[in-house]
Amino acid sequence: MNKRTVDLWVGIFVAIGIAALFFLALKVGNLLNFKEEKNGYEVMVRFDNIGNLKARAPVKSAGVVVGRVERIRLDPKTYEATVRIHLEKNFQFPKDTIATIFTSGLLGEQFVGLEAGGDSVMLQDEEWIKKSQSAIQIEKLISQFLFNQAQSGSNGAPANGNAPAAAGVKP
Amino acid sequence: MNGFVTGVANWFIGIGEATRGGITRLGFATRFLLAVIRASGSTFLRPRLLIKELYHAGVLSLIIVLMSGLFIGMVLALQGYETLVRFGATEAMGVLVALSLVRELGPVVAGLLFASRAGSAITAEIGLMKTTEQLAAMEVMAVDPVARVVAPRFWAGVISLPLLAALFSTLGIYGGYLVGVKLIGIDGGAFWGQMQAAVDWRYDVLNGVIKSIVFAVAVSLIAVFEGYDATPTAEGVSAATTRTVVTSALVILALDFVLTVFMFRGSI
Repeated sequence: MNKRTVDLWVGIFVAIGIAALFFLALKVGNLLNFKEEKNGYEVMVRFDNIGNLKARAPVKSAGVVVGRVERIRLDPKTYEATVRIHLEKNFQFPKDTIATIFTSGLLGEQFVGLEAGGDSVMLQDEEWIKKSQSAIQIEKLISQFLFNQAQSGSNGAPANGNAPAAAGVKP
Repeated sequence: MNGFVTGVANWFIGIGEATRGGITRLGFATRFLLAVIRASGSTFLRPRLLIKELYHAGVLSLIIVLMSGLFIGMVLALQGYETLVRFGATEAMGVLVALSLVRELGPVVAGLLFASRAGSAITAEIGLMKTTEQLAAMEVMAVDPVARVVAPRFWAGVISLPLLAALFSTLGIYGGYLVGVKLIGIDGGAFWGQMQAAVDWRYDVLNGVIKSIVFAVAVSLIAVFEGYDATPTAEGVSAATTRTVVTSALVILALDFVLTVFMFRGSI
């Protein structure tokens, strides 16, 4: 085997090995946020509660992916979550679009759903979506349900056989 | 009665001899490691030898490691989908594939493959050099065989295996991406996004690299030691080669358990 050929192969081996280490640290381990090239526009929206929404979650309209969640921050004044959304440029949405946080499946990941309104003026880059609806929190639903059960139990109304659950949470 | 006592005594003598032999070999291996490290100054002063061994240990193991990584990643994605789809959590496939590869499968399987592909070759080579008295001839010529033959092979193994493990994990994740996103049709953004949210570069990636470095030292030491320690006959070399593969596999799996307990205890 020629000396130069051995050198070449060892060089290639070490180089791609180190490249793999960098790939694992950067792309998989997310050491730095890789920015994909921009091709579209960005809008912002406020939510009271985003649940488990993560950056890079899909943004869907009528079930079709139209963009990605770019960044999530907490507004330090209003204590609302501000979500920055990147939308593809061939999808235009009216100004009165409603943004909602949905969950795919029972335990699946959360995504932002956009429901287009009837306004004739379209959203522009760096504009705010005014209307939003927060994520549904299962814990809150359950506690509300139990609370209602407890209330109906203490009022003397028949508890429809759910009395054991109500007895447990009665204050 | 007397014969029974002698039999029991012989049995215990057998255990004692085996234990003493094992400890003695371990002691030899440790002293051998120190001798290799002491002799490795000349290895780095003459990188030509090291590069040649890097070619044999690393480059020639590339194909098997890359192909195994790709297929293991694809199988992980297929089997993971089977379970995840029941909970409607198929987007978590990126997390599943990446964490299993980076934390466990990458270092362990790459280590096992390396032991059988390169470790056995190193043992056979050094063992045959000993059998044909090449090592003795070097000593006669005042060339230290540990510095000339053993140290370059040891360091080539130590350098190659972490790189191979990283390549294994990378190809595995790409294989998981191919099956999960391209074949099954999971959302690509969720695949990468959830993966990046779940995999921490220090906790997961760096610990995986540390694992692969520990395995690299263990496998390389076992390979060179078994070769150097082989009985200088054709039979002895073949037995030493087998021992390299078996011992390496057991040591990798045992070390992996110990390291996992220390590294990832919080998340069990």
